Amino acid sequence: METLESILASHPFFHGLEKRYLELVTGCAANVRFRAGEFLFRDGEEAHQFFILREGRVALEIFAPGHGAVTVDTYGEGEILGWSWLVPPYHWHYDAQATEPVRAIALDGRCLRGKCEEDHELGYELLKRFAHIIEQRLSATRLQLLDVYGDRRR
Amino acid sequence: MATVAADNTAVRVSGTDPMRPEIYTVRRVHRESHDTFTLTLVRRDGGGGMRFAPGQFNMLYVFGVGEVPVSISGDPADGQVLVHTIRDVGAVTAALHRLKRGGTVGVRGPYGSSWPVRDGAGQDLMIVAGGIGLAPLRPAIYHVLSHREEYGHVVILYGARTPEDLLFVHDLEEWRARFDVHAYVTVDRALGTWRGHVGVVTNLIPRTPFEPGNTTALICGPEVMMRFTALELERRGVPLNRIMVSMERNMKCAVGFCGHCQYGPDFICRDGPVFPYGRIRMILMQREI
Repeated sequence: METLESILASHPFFHGLEKRYLELVTGCAANVRFRAGEFLFRDGEEAHQFFILREGRVALEIFAPGHGAVTVDTYGEGEILGWSWLVPPYHWHYDAQATEPVRAIALDGRCLRGKCEEDHELGYELLKRFAHIIEQRLSATRLQLLDVYGDRRR
Repeated sequence: MATVAADNTAVRVSGTDPMRPEIYTVRRVHRESHDTFTLTLVRRDGGGGMRFAPGQFNMLYVFGVGEVPVSISGDPADGQVLVHTIRDVGAVTAALHRLKRGGTVGVRGPYGSSWPVRDGAGQDLMIVAGGIGLAPLRPAIYHVLSHREEYGHVVILYGARTPEDLLFVHDLEEWRARFDVHAYVTVDRALGTWRGHVGVVTNLIPRTPFEPGNTTALICGPEVMMRFTALELERRGVPLNRIMVSMERNMKCAVGFCGHCQYGPDFICRDGPVFPYGRIRMILMQREI
């Protein structure tokens, strides 16, 4: 049977994490589902979770007055969503809307923060893994900002 | 007019004068986006269409205005028409944009090297396009899909600025609907009505099935996009000489005489536009070349 621990253990984000830490992390995990159109989180709300997406797609949006919701990124199967739980003051900076039915594992940030404070080695491990994701997303954002696809003339 | 090499080495122009254009007539003008359009041409003398290999280009001549290099974007198996997709960015492309059905275009070609679609048989195929870079890849996609059983996984990734900038929308729908192709489209930004992927095209690579050591990759798009895509594929273990990129430079003569398109030791028109990444990797990483 597929358990939360086995699912997390097989996810690339947790590769190489010691079993005792994986057990601690699993203690903070829960399965969640969202319908299409439902928000996983909203800008300004407290950020006390991150998600490992197992199925479906989530759009990260910014509401721009005069333009409405602008999608700046999308995430799908296997991807990690959310790091605001890790950085004070623990508030979301975007809206995350399910554009398809979504199945995910939610990891409780408050629970994880407590365990990281108790064991800094676990904290450092998680921080390294999130730093890698943040670096990849920063690089991708810079590429998007380059607007490389050619001259736009109307 | 020209011979097509079996692999992707440059084509040797032979026979008639390579500088003399053949006269074609516009059969159809199709608007792809606000600045990009597709011309379907037929020979004015009623002869058959041009034989070409996917990835090759022609010089299109608007008489009295000038000549520009444009990749062929049609089906290489269709012997009746010649199809080019063009972005309106200068005087000659603007003149091409103004053409109507029945208009006249001079055509020289086909020129240059091609995508090694036959060499990729038996392997997984990763096709990555950015913006108008989908145009030179479309003949390769037509070929691959009509010989689908010869390949392993076929992945098509396409990135554009916005949903309004997407080219060949009908084709994209068809490819995405196939069960034997993994086709994904992403845009850099989108308003609320878009329900597809948003983000750079390289973000899609981890979401697709392919066996890096047994993959041929074909990449075409803006140079920055090709560089980052090639680096990502290299990082994942795709052999450097199986990552093919199509370079773009200011081509004038198209036969390696004038030197306008010199790229390190090569001329893009004669030795490219399709190069193995391993051959040009060091130059691609240099600034201002």
